[in-house]
Amino acid sequence: MTPRFMQSTRRAFLGSAALGVVASALPARAEQEPVALEDYKPEFFAPAEWVFVMAAAARIIPSEGEGPGALEARVPVFIDRQLAGEFGAAADLYMEGPFEPGADENLGPQSPLTPAEIYREGIAAFDSWCLDQKGAEFAGLEAGAQDEALTSLADGDAGLDAEVREFWLLLLQNVKEGYFADPKYGGNHDMASWVHIGFPGARANFLEWVGRDEPYPLGPVDIAGNRA
Amino acid sequence: MARTDPKKDVVIVGLGWTGSILGIELAKEGLDILALERGPDRATVPEFQYPEVIDELKYGIRYGFMQKPRNSTITVRRTLDETARPMRRLGSFLPGDGVGGAGIHWNGQTWRPMENEFRLRSYVEENFGAEAIPEGMVLQDWGVTYEELEPYFDRFEFMAGIAGKAGNIRGEIQEGGNPFEAPRSREYPLPPMKQTTDALIFAEAARAMGYHPFPRPSANASAAYVNEYGMQLGPCNYCGFCERYGCINYSKASPQTCILDALKRYPNFGYKVNAEVLRVDLAADGQTATGVTWWDEAAQEEVSQPADMVILAAYQLHNVHLMLLSGIGQPYDPVTGEGVTGKNYSYQMNGGTTLFFKDRHFNPFAAAGSSGMSIDDFAINRIDFGAEGFIGGSYITAGLSNGQPIRGIQLPEGVPAWGAAWKQGISEWYGHSMSIGSHGSNLSYRDCYLDLDPTYTDRHGRPLMRMTFDWKENDIRMTQFMRTKIEEIARSMNPDSWKSSYKEEGARYDIRPYQTTHNVGGAIMGVDPATSAVNRYLQTWDQHNVFVMGAGAFPQNIQYNPTGAVGALAYWAAEAIRKDYLPNPRPLM
Repeated sequence: MTPRFMQSTRRAFLGSAALGVVASALPARAEQEPVALEDYKPEFFAPAEWVFVMAAAARIIPSEGEGPGALEARVPVFIDRQLAGEFGAAADLYMEGPFEPGADENLGPQSPLTPAEIYREGIAAFDSWCLDQKGAEFAGLEAGAQDEALTSLADGDAGLDAEVREFWLLLLQNVKEGYFADPKYGGNHDMASWVHIGFPGARANFLEWVGRDEPYPLGPVDIAGNRA
Repeated sequence: MARTDPKKDVVIVGLGWTGSILGIELAKEGLDILALERGPDRATVPEFQYPEVIDELKYGIRYGFMQKPRNSTITVRRTLDETARPMRRLGSFLPGDGVGGAGIHWNGQTWRPMENEFRLRSYVEENFGAEAIPEGMVLQDWGVTYEELEPYFDRFEFMAGIAGKAGNIRGEIQEGGNPFEAPRSREYPLPPMKQTTDALIFAEAARAMGYHPFPRPSANASAAYVNEYGMQLGPCNYCGFCERYGCINYSKASPQTCILDALKRYPNFGYKVNAEVLRVDLAADGQTATGVTWWDEAAQEEVSQPADMVILAAYQLHNVHLMLLSGIGQPYDPVTGEGVTGKNYSYQMNGGTTLFFKDRHFNPFAAAGSSGMSIDDFAINRIDFGAEGFIGGSYITAGLSNGQPIRGIQLPEGVPAWGAAWKQGISEWYGHSMSIGSHGSNLSYRDCYLDLDPTYTDRHGRPLMRMTFDWKENDIRMTQFMRTKIEEIARSMNPDSWKSSYKEEGARYDIRPYQTTHNVGGAIMGVDPATSAVNRYLQTWDQHNVFVMGAGAFPQNIQYNPTGAVGALAYWAAEAIRKDYLPNPRPLM
């Protein structure tokens, strides 16, 4: 009997081969092209929050230079979906009190807020700090001023309360997750981030490549079986 | 609501490695056995199948196969006068969840401790004098020797199909193996794995310096294999998704690939999932356990499960928690030093140096969890503790195990954590770095222990367990010693640049970054009921029908990954139960 994992590999392989041979199959893939980022309707973020996340992600991984920026990778979509789901709701986390949000950081996050709430309150607090210190909310600042503001946020110098002090680390982590996670989560659009670094994605079979000190020649595949 | 289920001969708490081993060994005796697993059921198909499991976000980052702190966590403090706070999300260590436990998501590095690690206090006193042991360090002998355990290490390694190269067979040193290891009775069941480029160039550099590199012993099968239970392993395909994942390929030794399908054929064995044991129930006189009480998630009710024998086979932390909640053994008191349950919690002292080579292609995704090369020239039996001013040792090792990008891309000093330079840096350096690690001992201390938290409770209203733990000067000296040795090797390899990360003087325990899931102690074994929680057969001193498996038995941590010793102890205890306890149930010591 053929193991199920081999059957699924063969199905994915035949499916991809068919795409290459039968031109009429191509529009099916084109139909999967997602809505343009500017037309995306966030599930979690309010409009002002969405503006912030778009702007912040664009500075954390800018578009300039080789490789996709966070916006080309559709990182904000990834973050929106994560916050709308179990991650945002702290579904797996221990959330019983008493809470001591100012406890020594080595003891781990102690905020009573869920990740979604940390974003909500963190964005509001940081935008207000930007307005106060830099003369505009974050998204309205020039790129250089945005980088300075994010540096202050990263250094803990943006006056955030202890309950949201994790905001920057969450944002930075989630941006990188959206950049590199499988495209099924809404980011890493067209696997361009994997192409950028040379990670082959879900190929997961490298017996003949172990110990070869030379560039790996094949592009990535994703969990759905697409190739880039 | 509560119900009482029909009595069993044996109830096993947890169905990971040790629960599966005890399950099958006792099932052979014809006993009526029930295993209670608090997580879900898991099998290679469908839970680990390709391509769904090749999902870094779901399993590597969101910990899909790990325990959820919402259901189970601990509180942590560093010192006796600090207020412990709950570990609200996972970080420093990742206890497994569900059938297979941590045995599904380990890398598979399967070592035997050195002979002297089993009698560390005696070894230090005999060779360096009792005064070599610093104030507050509470070393103990295990009460069992390497020689006694050797057949059980052999049994576990052949059951799991370990790939490796012996260095010492019955006293004969073997070329290409670890010449400093304790003697083993025969060669490994499978030949060593293929090696990644980083491991090969590390081994070459180490050899040139007069060291003795050897392949890491690995539970990722290097060839097809059938074990004593008729279970079959397929050869590893180096998929690069080992640690934190179930194996897509039937290659990584786990309860699923090595035991469970064989075990499930015994009609006298059964198991329930989503069945969390709340406490061990003791007889009125406290001399025996009468069974366990567990929470039936499906029925939403407590269940009383009578049994003649209780095997605690949950993760180390959870075994100790259940003992504390059930009144098994006197809780340890760090002020008086009295009591045994929770005593001698310890961890693992690791460090490493990352090397960057812009002209090399390490292809880190083409890797297995346990391939790699190591040296044991600075092992715990090779160091003059008197001269160096610390007790302990490390193995030193290189071997990339994955290339998953969210988990982190190593970048040289000076490359920022975000921005345009980060984006350029990840493209320049992905696949061009390697690490040499020190995996070292962590000794036991009077004020590092486990007890019940006075404040925080779990979803059943039970007190959380509280961990009191911090890094100590002795172990920091050990890791700094290893740093000097590793940096010397790193320099000889002429990288473009390198950077080091080792605990330094004054380092405090930080539960946020992942370090290692090698939590040990708290239910330590020994030959004296005043200083150990279980005897040398892992039987609790006060309730002779309760046995406690796992790394909780280690009186201090070894310099190696613990699973080899956990497996050997499980077979050792199973043999004592079968041959000595069952014919005449009683305290074995």
